Amino acid sequence: MVDSKQKWKAWLYLSPAIVLLLVFTVWPIFNTVRMAFLENYSGLKAAAGMQFNFGIGNFLKVIEYKRFVQCLKNTVLLCVLTVPISTLLALLIAVALNSIKFLQKGLQTIFFLPYVTNSIAIGMVFAAMFNIVGSFYGTENELIVTAGIINNVIEFFGGEHINWINYGSTYEANMFVMVVYIVWNALPFKILVLLGGLQSINKQYYDAAKVDGTPRRRVFTHITVPLLSPMLAYVIITGFIGGFKEYTSIVGIFGENMGPPNDAGRLNTMVGFIYDALETNSQGRASAAALILFAIILAVTMINNQVSKKRIHY
Amino acid sequence: MSEKNTMQERNMTQVSARQKIVHGASRTLTYAFLIAMAVIVLFPFYWMLISSVKSLDEYRLNVPTFWPRQLLLSNYVDAFNTASLGRLFYNTMLVGVVSTILSLIITVLSAFAFARLEFKGRDTMFGLLLATMMIPGELFTITNYSTVTQLGWMNTYTVLIVPFLVSVFYIFLLRQNFMQIPNELYLAAKVDGTSDWKYLWKIMVPLALPTLISITILKMMGAWNSYIWPRLVANDEAHRMITNGLRNAFTDTTGDVNYPVQMAAVALVSAPLFLVFVFLRKYIMAGVSRSGIKG
Amino acid sequence: MKVVLQNLTKIFPSRDKKAGKEVVAVNDFTFEIPDGKLIGLLGPSGCGKSTTLYMISGLQKPTSGKIFFGDDDVTELSTENRGIGLVFQNYALYPHMTVKQNILFPLQNLKGADKLTKDQMLERAYEVAKLVQIDELMERKPSELSGGQQQRVAIARALVKMPRVLLLDEPLSNLDARLRLQTREEIRRIQKETNITTVFVTHDQEEAMSISDMIVVMKLGVVQQIGKPQEVYDDPTNLFVAKFLGTPPINVLSGRVENGRVYIGKDAIMDVKGVENQEVIIGIRPEGFELNENGALRCEMNNVEVMGRDVSIVSTNPASISPCIRSIINADNKVDLANKTVRYNVKPHKVFLFNKETEERIRYEVK
Repeated sequence: MVDSKQKWKAWLYLSPAIVLLLVFTVWPIFNTVRMAFLENYSGLKAAAGMQFNFGIGNFLKVIEYKRFVQCLKNTVLLCVLTVPISTLLALLIAVALNSIKFLQKGLQTIFFLPYVTNSIAIGMVFAAMFNIVGSFYGTENELIVTAGIINNVIEFFGGEHINWINYGSTYEANMFVMVVYIVWNALPFKILVLLGGLQSINKQYYDAAKVDGTPRRRVFTHITVPLLSPMLAYVIITGFIGGFKEYTSIVGIFGENMGPPNDAGRLNTMVGFIYDALETNSQGRASAAALILFAIILAVTMINNQVSKKRIHY
Repeated sequence: MSEKNTMQERNMTQVSARQKIVHGASRTLTYAFLIAMAVIVLFPFYWMLISSVKSLDEYRLNVPTFWPRQLLLSNYVDAFNTASLGRLFYNTMLVGVVSTILSLIITVLSAFAFARLEFKGRDTMFGLLLATMMIPGELFTITNYSTVTQLGWMNTYTVLIVPFLVSVFYIFLLRQNFMQIPNELYLAAKVDGTSDWKYLWKIMVPLALPTLISITILKMMGAWNSYIWPRLVANDEAHRMITNGLRNAFTDTTGDVNYPVQMAAVALVSAPLFLVFVFLRKYIMAGVSRSGIKG
Repeated sequence: MKVVLQNLTKIFPSRDKKAGKEVVAVNDFTFEIPDGKLIGLLGPSGCGKSTTLYMISGLQKPTSGKIFFGDDDVTELSTENRGIGLVFQNYALYPHMTVKQNILFPLQNLKGADKLTKDQMLERAYEVAKLVQIDELMERKPSELSGGQQQRVAIARALVKMPRVLLLDEPLSNLDARLRLQTREEIRRIQKETNITTVFVTHDQEEAMSISDMIVVMKLGVVQQIGKPQEVYDDPTNLFVAKFLGTPPINVLSGRVENGRVYIGKDAIMDVKGVENQEVIIGIRPEGFELNENGALRCEMNNVEVMGRDVSIVSTNPASISPCIRSIINADNKVDLANKTVRYNVKPHKVFLFNKETEERIRYEVK
């Protein structure tokens, strides 16, 4: 059925997509790689007629940047902390949801709510919750009058309030807030996928396990988790990929400052680094950083794939 | 194995009773856990809403109130004005609606081409397209930034709409759906003298409606939540998008932030998404579970 | 371990809240399954046999009634604690475990006094694997096995914990014809060797009759008859049971009893004592016909099918309720095809009379 008329028609149908893809997807791939290898490339300077050398100078500069190491560290740390926590929590919640009938649909809806939120908008809510309210938001000479709701709860239980995200807060405290927020955001998708996976497991296996006299914990570890492993792998891989691209969550909580008022950029991530370079018109450096990020994601994904090959049962 | 079974006879009533207790306890624990988690998940929303109607003084109280003493709805008006939410809403809706419509058209055409039309290199091309999904968006952004600068599109609506009209993922999703529509329908329509164009719009599109609705919702949500690209290329007052406006309106390093008003603004921004969720939840969840990408 | 079912009833509430009726899947089933016997639950689909099996296993809770294993009331006991073995219709082998791991799994769950050492577990596993003849396949995964092999693994898994009761849900329905014959003999052999009380469910009457010690015939949740296979075959309590057992199926005709004589149309086929005059339904087993030139029953000859050892004569009779009359005659009898009419005498013990309204069996003495 391959008449030439169809062929012509197909290309016609595809033409808008192809044009747009060429300009905004295909060309950028090549161009970004090109810019990465043009040392110190800057769009502005190029327009002014400056020439650039071909080399790996951009990459070296990027790696040497103190900020880059900080960004890398933040990104990796966030990933390593949030992916296991959110996956485990999502698994427990999904299993719990799967075992009840009454309220299941309602709770499922509630757990999906964070997904439909604007991550910057709700970030601001979290910032308010972890905040120290009052006349502080300035220099360290200001008195702290009251505390945000989280601190209020801590004090209610007899603890001392913690400076989570304000002037003078510690890196650890900042990280804690970020991890909480990112996990909160990550749960809905994971719960949805895992619950779907759980519901697709043939009930007969559970019946057989009952007949075999299996205690509940063993059913979980020996039947549920293995049969769920493809879904788990998917959730973990996408979790890592998403985690490496974390950026807007931090803007949501700390604003453009990317850190507490006394240490701007402390929580910046790889993606943030790329955008910063872009804003200072250092496209070469930005491209190099983007390629490094891509390479890391690729490596992590491949490692994940290898590991899962051994453990996944289809 | 000719001997009789060797399983010990246990005291049946004992086992029965213990089984009931364990069963009841685990059920209670499960519900307790789920409800605790649900409360944690819901808490930020609750806090946002009640804070948004408090007066600044009440918000600042040492011991927080969990139910506002008086409802200060004027916070919402203040929020609207401080953040110029009107303009922001308008910009975002405009960009969202236009890009969604255009994108749907392109997606439908492309998905149809890949699903039903035959041409050389079709599968290879599709494979290549899928491969591009793996690449992080930042890679594209860098060059696209230069491109749109050179095209002079900074601070226009065009720059917010055009680069994102083609989503390989949505084409993939729709193609899947198209391929599930039996080919016999296509052949029968051809026998009836239907042109491809008519067939596409009169038969395939209506049959693939659920997927199209999911795509529409996800695309609109994407416009609503967009932040990075608009900030780079179109952040002037005339074209600012809602997320950018929200963040910028309340960044403040001197003086106090009026938290209740800020919360009111957040509530206003979140409300449309929430409404969409309430009414079209099915489509969102269906679209999401087939994927993983948020807008 | 005898299994006692007492007034076992299962009612499923209707799905449609508006008009639908609830479904009575099992209705007041009482039966004592003797220790060490192989019992077949037999009936068409929807008769409640699988539901009964699942209630014995504990995976379904009865709406009312009681179940005893021996003297213990297990009605409220959860499946995990009942100590039964169940072979699922689709085997339900854990797909991510090898055959060996599947068989070891129930042993690893044994608690307390029943707990075994690793070596003991392996020994038992191999013992039972040899019993069902899959000891060569221990390292394979279920997806690498044929249907028959999977089923044997399922049996092994059910047996390995030495259950008090063994339950099988339609064990042969997923197998091809050749394997079916072989496997049902296997089941019989295994049951005899282990002497475990066994209940299996099937809709195939030939299967049930060939290996069961006793069969239970069910229809729409109600037990129709319980007894040894041959007894139920020779002495059905109602028309349903008579029609359900036997291949080819029993021939059903309408007739009447008048003055101690049974008439089909104008033909008086036999005499009976103590039966009132009435319209009746008559069932005649295919093997209950004798060819006789002067036979009492006249039918119109349609066809003669050669079966080698026997010959099957297909004929019609205006009084017949079955679409045709099929008789099985020894091939030594010569059948004249040219003849349009075939005449039979009937063997009285192969003829059953049923009440026309209730379809209950009318019993009598043969004169």
